[in-house]
Amino acid sequence: MNLNRRDFLKFAGATTATAALTSLPIKAEATEHFTGHPDRKGILVDTSLCIGHNCRRCEFACAKENYLPTPDKPPEDASVFDQRRRTHPDQFTVINRFPGRSEDMPVYAKKQCMHCDEPACASACLVGAFKKTPEGAVTYDASVCIGCRYCMVACPFDIPTYEYNSALHPRVRKCTFCFETKLKEGKAPACVEACPREVMTFGKREDLIKVARQKIARNPDKYVDHIYGEHEVGGTSWMYLSPVPFDSIGMRTDLGTTPYPELTRNYLSAAPLVMAIWPSFFLTLYLFNKRKDQIAAEENGKHKEESA
Amino acid sequence: MATFSPSLPGNVNTGSWLRDKLFLGMTPKAYLRSLITPWHMVAAAILAIGLPVFFQRFAYGIGAVSNLTDTNPWGIWIGIDVLCGVALAAGGFIIASIVHLFGMKEYAPLVRPAILTGFLGYAFVVVGLMFDLGRPWRLPYPMTFAFGTSSVMFEVGWCVALYLGCQFVEMFPPIFEWLGYKRLRAWAMTLVLGTTVLAVVLSTLHQSSLGALFLIAPSKLHPLWYSMYLPVYFLISAVAGGIGMIIFESTLSHRTFKTQTGHLSHAQLDHLALGLAKGGAIVLYLYFWLKVVGLAHEHQWSLLLSGWGLWWLVEVIGFILAPAFLFLFAVRGLSPLLARVAAVWTVLGLILNRLNVSVVALNWNQTERYIPHWKEITITITIITIGVLVFQWMVNRMPILLQHPDYAGESH
Repeated sequence: MNLNRRDFLKFAGATTATAALTSLPIKAEATEHFTGHPDRKGILVDTSLCIGHNCRRCEFACAKENYLPTPDKPPEDASVFDQRRRTHPDQFTVINRFPGRSEDMPVYAKKQCMHCDEPACASACLVGAFKKTPEGAVTYDASVCIGCRYCMVACPFDIPTYEYNSALHPRVRKCTFCFETKLKEGKAPACVEACPREVMTFGKREDLIKVARQKIARNPDKYVDHIYGEHEVGGTSWMYLSPVPFDSIGMRTDLGTTPYPELTRNYLSAAPLVMAIWPSFFLTLYLFNKRKDQIAAEENGKHKEESA
Repeated sequence: MATFSPSLPGNVNTGSWLRDKLFLGMTPKAYLRSLITPWHMVAAAILAIGLPVFFQRFAYGIGAVSNLTDTNPWGIWIGIDVLCGVALAAGGFIIASIVHLFGMKEYAPLVRPAILTGFLGYAFVVVGLMFDLGRPWRLPYPMTFAFGTSSVMFEVGWCVALYLGCQFVEMFPPIFEWLGYKRLRAWAMTLVLGTTVLAVVLSTLHQSSLGALFLIAPSKLHPLWYSMYLPVYFLISAVAGGIGMIIFESTLSHRTFKTQTGHLSHAQLDHLALGLAKGGAIVLYLYFWLKVVGLAHEHQWSLLLSGWGLWWLVEVIGFILAPAFLFLFAVRGLSPLLARVAAVWTVLGLILNRLNVSVVALNWNQTERYIPHWKEITITITIITIGVLVFQWMVNRMPILLQHPDYAGESH
């Protein structure tokens, strides 16, 4: 093969440079199974206890705690339940009404960030703005956010919202678990404190699972035999009990138990393979074709000499 | 002007640098007058509507010009400007590797226009992204001090940034030829092999990454479009779309820039188009079967009976299999016209696919659906128009379509 030292070094250099350049930024992080911070807190929501209408104190407490505008409609206005509501930049939690076991027993379900153990938003964020804290909250750091909104696409619960109307400082907005003001000091979030019916229980997540199991065991007729959030998408800090099937109170039951970061993990780990194999493959191809051309040229030359 | 020897409007010597390099050898007055063409009038009209909308976007925020919501955070700026922009700009790395790595030198005349299309395609993807990102001035963050290494978007960001740089280096030879820097040009030519290989690596990675972005949304993307093969689909369809764009763009350039393309006869261009058509047929056929395999793998046959199934069939039969056969018929019947029809068809199919994945079939189960605001569409059209104008500006000045006379005879 007609490959001199200079050429070889050039190719070797190109290959190494390609590999080095491209492998530098991309590392598949979190390749081992994450079992969660041991003492992380959680909330158990017993939807069978929530009265919804004439209350919604959690919504108002949340607004006050997070300096958000007071919800438009007062607690006594039942029309607020006519439509399914979702979270918005000015409202981190909403109560929705769903048909219950009978006409006069609707189920009210609170919606807010589930604070996943392995959050999709955190794995999707290209600047690492989302963090799962040891206390259990999924926090967001607006100071690095570029506003691509991939977190909103990734979140299976449709929780993150965006300040589309801000030209200069748009932020992703979502429930914070009152991390800075309450959770950090081991206190329950504002919504939990405000609830007059003790719908929500604040505590260590693993204790809450036991509480939930006991509740179901003691009242098998009252609850569906499932703790929503115990295993969904790998487990969430907020968990739910319900008297009716979860898909009838607006919660998706088709999300599976795979932690969302794993959905892209395999793909990301294939990247280094491409970086290693492609340059050598294509440079070999190049050398092969170069050699072919050289042989053709030499034979051409010989023919000319012969005919001369 | 009408001669058989191709000439570059900028390659004249009037003694004035400005005149030679920028005004195509004309006096400024004559140059300005030469700009008044029907196409420029249309472009001016688009800019007249689009630029105020640009201003509105940055002065009042995304909400002022778009229908994006908390439930539908991505719209046509991602679907068309980014996903289609990147996929249709794939021609650059494809044709460069065909010529430089696979050694098919007869395609050399197509390399520079394809690389320019690729470079501008990516540059305008970044421009388009500026409108979609909430805080576009923070675009360098993932490359400087905030690393979200577990994110597919992080890989996309890095690869697109590196590839844009790589394509800029690939643009050095024509730029230095234009400016007459011979030594720099000679140096730039030594980089061709390295950048071509780097281009293949980076393109493989980010073309597939754009598909992988949606792997994290199995509950949102309709199961007919959601597949573990999404990265492969995006890569292979980008190759098909890139081939389609090369055929389309070379045909259009051949007609528009007649004085520059005289060296490449119609017959030669037809020959190249048919060669590319062969590649297009193979790639599309492979893509079609991979789509079927994906369907079988995830046991989704029953979904074909729904309305969504019909729409999926429209895309897969109508815009993957049909153009594959059209390319095949073009090759068998030696019909360059058919090859060009198939090329446009393929490009449309690619746009349809990207819109299906990112807009139509995403959030298919939500009651609140997204329909783009006219101002979103205006911004997209305006960006594309500016892209075409820049392409035209560069082709008229740099040796893109023709060989610079100083370096004639040299292989690209």
